[in-house]
Amino acid sequence: MEEVRIYIMGKEYKVPAGLTIMKAMEYAGYRYIRGSGCRAGFCGACATIYRKEGDYKLYADLACQKTVEDGMHLVQLPFSPANKAIYDIERVKADDKTILSFYPEIARCVSCNTCTKACPQELEVMDYIQASLRGDIKKTAELSFDCIQCGLCAIRCPAEIVHYHVAQLARRIYGKYVAPKSKHLEKRVREIEEGKYAKEIRELMNKSLEELRKMYNERDIEPGD
Amino acid sequence: MKIAYYPGCTLKTDAKKFEDATIKLFKKFGIEMVELKKWYCCGTVYSLTKDNLMYRLAAIRNLIKAKEEGYDRLTTLCSVCYNTLKQANEMARNDKEAMDKINSFMNEEIDYDGSVEVIHPLEILNSMEDKIREKVKKPLNKKYASYYGCLLLRPKSIAIDEFENPKIMERMIEACGGKAVNFPLKNECCGSYTVVNDKQAVVERCYRIISNARRNGADAIITSCPLCHFNLNEIQEEVKKNYTTFSGLPVLYFSEIMLEALEE
Repeated sequence: MEEVRIYIMGKEYKVPAGLTIMKAMEYAGYRYIRGSGCRAGFCGACATIYRKEGDYKLYADLACQKTVEDGMHLVQLPFSPANKAIYDIERVKADDKTILSFYPEIARCVSCNTCTKACPQELEVMDYIQASLRGDIKKTAELSFDCIQCGLCAIRCPAEIVHYHVAQLARRIYGKYVAPKSKHLEKRVREIEEGKYAKEIRELMNKSLEELRKMYNERDIEPGD
Repeated sequence: MKIAYYPGCTLKTDAKKFEDATIKLFKKFGIEMVELKKWYCCGTVYSLTKDNLMYRLAAIRNLIKAKEEGYDRLTTLCSVCYNTLKQANEMARNDKEAMDKINSFMNEEIDYDGSVEVIHPLEILNSMEDKIREKVKKPLNKKYASYYGCLLLRPKSIAIDEFENPKIMERMIEACGGKAVNFPLKNECCGSYTVVNDKQAVVERCYRIISNARRNGADAIITSCPLCHFNLNEIQEEVKKNYTTFSGLPVLYFSEIMLEALEE
């Protein structure tokens, strides 16, 4: 079995090559009580920073996604302290000064791009902060859509911006006030409320487990030709 | 012809009408102002702290974006953006040590050497005076005071015109059939960002500048700076409270009145 050396908070461990950082830490004897969630790269709980031997750069990744490399010096960031603006989404106005008024520190951005370099989702983080600075709610919402709120951008930012809260405010305003209303969704909700599918649901609810299992196994996975 | 255009944040919000008018104006001469695909806040004020290069990153990053998109010239309308980008570009051309450091810090970008030229749309218009005259449909027939403020003219190395007595906007007014009045305070400071922490200082500036324009017979003031526009326009109500005999003047962007003269 091929092994690699990693350093967890400065202490050397030999772990099998090919493990993720998270599995390698567990292999080394650590047990996660914080900083671990879905283990599939979606929840953003396992932010990790590391350096490699002979390389000055500070890297950032998700422990459940990144494979260990020989000579990695790493530590987990189980939590990012971050201030969150309090607002009532029903009363927020969707204009070009809204985000700036809740998060005035975005004006401190000097375009260093450190947030973008830290993002394990490879988002253009600085670009969405810049978009929010010029009041472009739509662009902020679109560019930040895949954010998993791991906090690495906020921890690295020299302007002390909490990017992911800024982005979440933008997406909430966008969803509520800016994005076109989905007419077909409204229609479908109305149909459901008027009981269009009530009979079918009732029939299903009354079926036995055996019958449900049979129906499930015989279902069309792709609509039939 | 296409020219690269860096809008800046204010041209997308408070000064949107300035952007719209200028883009339309240039279209009349077959010039398309193409917005950079990616751009960032210019940094707002060109920091005079020479060794804090952090404040240069934003401007240099924008110049890199222009270069990446294949442009060798970049225009911008807002005087603050113009000043910041132009001064940063001068630094890029003259301070190799600083640029080595910046290029090494911004290692995800291509290196920058000052090869893009930053120009103000007024400089382009200045070279087309005859064409402008030909296209005038409704001569302006009013008297205008041209207000330049500081940032298009200082420091001298980045001035769009003779820095003590600029005349570009006067030439534009005359080309459009208007009368340019003598205006000694055309390059006085409007008070700039002082408006945030000492409004009274800006009230005093506004009073002096607008009164001077009026005394010289102006019907309106034209400018090229959203911040000057804000200080001279929005603060007039405050001035009236302080000086009961004061009567204001409309403050317009140069491209708004030029467009008016060129349209049917």
